[in-house]
Amino acid sequence: METIIGIEIFPIISFLIFFIFFIGLFIWVAGMRKAEINTMASMPLEDENEIQLNN
Amino acid sequence: MQVEKFSYDNNIVRMFGNATILWGSIGMLVGLLVAFQFIFPSLNFGIEYTSFGRVRPLHTNAVIFAFVGNGIFAGVYYSLQRLLKTRMYSDLLSKINFWGWQLIIVSAVITLPMGFTTSKEYAELEWPIDIAIAVIWVVFGWNLFATIIKRRERHLYVAIWFYIATFVTVAVLHIVNSFELPISFMKSYSWYAGVQDALVQWWYGHNAVAFFLTTPYLGLMYYFVPKAANRPVFSYRLSIIHFWALIFLYIWAGPHHLLYTALPDWAQSLGVVFSIMLIAPSWGGMINGLLTLRGAWDKVRDSAVLKFMVVAITAYGMATFEGPMLSLKNVSAIAHYTDWIVAHVHVGALGWNGFLTFGMLYFLWPRLFNTKLYSMKLANFHFWIGTLGILFYAIPLYWAGFTQSQMWNDFTNEGFLKYPNFLETVTNIIPMYTYRAVGGLLYYIGVLVMIFNLVKTAKTGTFTANEEAEAAPLKVLPPKYRDEHWHRWFERKPTMLLIGSLVVILIGGIVEMVPTFLVKSNVPTISSVKPYTPLELHGRDVYISEGCNNCHSQMIRPFRSETERYGEYSKAGEFVYDHPFLWGSKRTGPDLAREGSIKLRKPNSWHFKHLYDPRSVSPGSIMPAYPWLLFKDYDTTTTAAKIEAMITLGVPYDEDYPQKANEDVVAQANEIVADMKEVLEEDGFEVSPDKEIVALIAYLQRLGVDIEKGTMSSNDTNK
Repeated sequence: METIIGIEIFPIISFLIFFIFFIGLFIWVAGMRKAEINTMASMPLEDENEIQLNN
Repeated sequence: MQVEKFSYDNNIVRMFGNATILWGSIGMLVGLLVAFQFIFPSLNFGIEYTSFGRVRPLHTNAVIFAFVGNGIFAGVYYSLQRLLKTRMYSDLLSKINFWGWQLIIVSAVITLPMGFTTSKEYAELEWPIDIAIAVIWVVFGWNLFATIIKRRERHLYVAIWFYIATFVTVAVLHIVNSFELPISFMKSYSWYAGVQDALVQWWYGHNAVAFFLTTPYLGLMYYFVPKAANRPVFSYRLSIIHFWALIFLYIWAGPHHLLYTALPDWAQSLGVVFSIMLIAPSWGGMINGLLTLRGAWDKVRDSAVLKFMVVAITAYGMATFEGPMLSLKNVSAIAHYTDWIVAHVHVGALGWNGFLTFGMLYFLWPRLFNTKLYSMKLANFHFWIGTLGILFYAIPLYWAGFTQSQMWNDFTNEGFLKYPNFLETVTNIIPMYTYRAVGGLLYYIGVLVMIFNLVKTAKTGTFTANEEAEAAPLKVLPPKYRDEHWHRWFERKPTMLLIGSLVVILIGGIVEMVPTFLVKSNVPTISSVKPYTPLELHGRDVYISEGCNNCHSQMIRPFRSETERYGEYSKAGEFVYDHPFLWGSKRTGPDLAREGSIKLRKPNSWHFKHLYDPRSVSPGSIMPAYPWLLFKDYDTTTTAAKIEAMITLGVPYDEDYPQKANEDVVAQANEIVADMKEVLEEDGFEVSPDKEIVALIAYLQRLGVDIEKGTMSSNDTNK
């Protein structure tokens, strides 16, 4: 890494990491089940102590 | 199943909430003071401790780490317990986190006005405080993770992912940027020099915005907006993508703070590309927040909490659109160094962080004190005066930034700078500074009204320190629990989330930093650039201590308007001995990179008079006066330690030079004094070579000198 020679590998690696990461991310998210998502999303609202204050 | 009874620790939430309010009111008051110093430079009351260069960093540190910092802890300690259905792991750790953080803030409040600073933006605190920050941050992380481990809810809600990413990334940023070599108690030199120091600093600086002002607040948004609207977040899928995309991309964006500087081009380009991509997750998050209110917009009319949160999210959207636009090189060329950036930052700070904090406090206080908010009318008043304050703050500064940039770049038909005197471009925008100060005042009035409202609310209610709750314990999972989506497995594993976040944020940092540090051709050395003399080094430390870099850049961009005004553009090789770098990020005054060059050089006596009273030689200047520099001695007992530290950092002084350095200090100081003595004594000044002003003059006169020698010698060889 002392010279600029061979530097091309850096952008190539970066691109691959980036590309694979996001494709993977979209596949995971698309594959999630609706019921699970709803459970997860309603987690903040599960607080039994919660009083509804209008403020 | 048997439910377990436990209680939530509300006391720690109240303590952090109170600290948010207290430090917010102080930090913003200091902000107001510095805003008025633009209009009335004498508002430092003639004392060093309140001069602009010292209190501007106090303002930024106070609002970021004290106001927002305590806001983060208040929100995290409230939401984490409820999302995990458990009390915080340890009340003792919570208390250490609280009091440790307040102690750090108090030490900042004391040391920054005293001039103890590293000069690195948002990382100004000196090394002993840096260590304290690391320790307290680890205590917070310990408490966070231990609480996650003893949870009664198997899955970690997305807000908690943001908290985890915040913890791990801030730790990495803080440690890497704080590598510094102590030379005494409260003084250190950055481990990195010049271009590398700049890259590390803005990798840190930008991600301080990302991971201190944004990700924890997004976590709070994902908790408090659904709570306040009483409906789940618009799209949980989107929140997952928002999370991973944001932390993955954000870490790369730092170099957009260094466009057209001496940073290698490829790093600048990376910064631009990733900044543009950031629009996607940022706006995804904004849309997710706003659409959570779908079908419930009527609630916004009746709820002060939601009003504040809607404006906060909108401000987030505006700032995160503007940010990527500012990262384009052609836009940065206009905006960098101007008040446009200050306006941009305050849309985020006043709008996003401020308003989300206020919304959260209005949400928390009635719940913590089991009562209704004391006055909805006052809360609404706060909302409107605060919103008006933001507009009055930002719009004049956009105007100022744009105007000043135009004036810097304007040429006459003959090809000369239309406004060769920098001061003209400053005095022209002073009315805008006045409007800005008024905007800040309006915003501050709103904050005072909120404090009154919250104090009254607390008084009318009764505080529950330990809120009773119950929940079923976690079921033990069968060893082969295969029938589930794999990301849910991930969500159950806080350690995996931590490692995942860490890996994702390390990639960007490594790809940008490693080549900048290792590839030698990135920083071409210039043979005529030599280390500073010991007196100049003392002067440089005065420059740092007075915070000159808050208003003066030392980085000339390769534009004709800049080379015409200041001289040759700055090269990477000029900064190889600069521990730390002092490029600056704002030009309230002119650039100083070539202050000692043939083109710009002024007599020593001019600098002396200018520092003593800027308006005596530069009528209309808004620079504060520095009369104390005439009376304070620079500390020659540290000369050897300073030179030794520089040698350790790779600056090529001779091995035996530390012991001899003070001889050179005396010689150079006497020379400068001899040069200006006559002129100054005519004006009634007493001049002594051991004063800080002499060291500072030595430093200023050195700026831009070396590269001229280089040009001359290369011309000579050509002949």
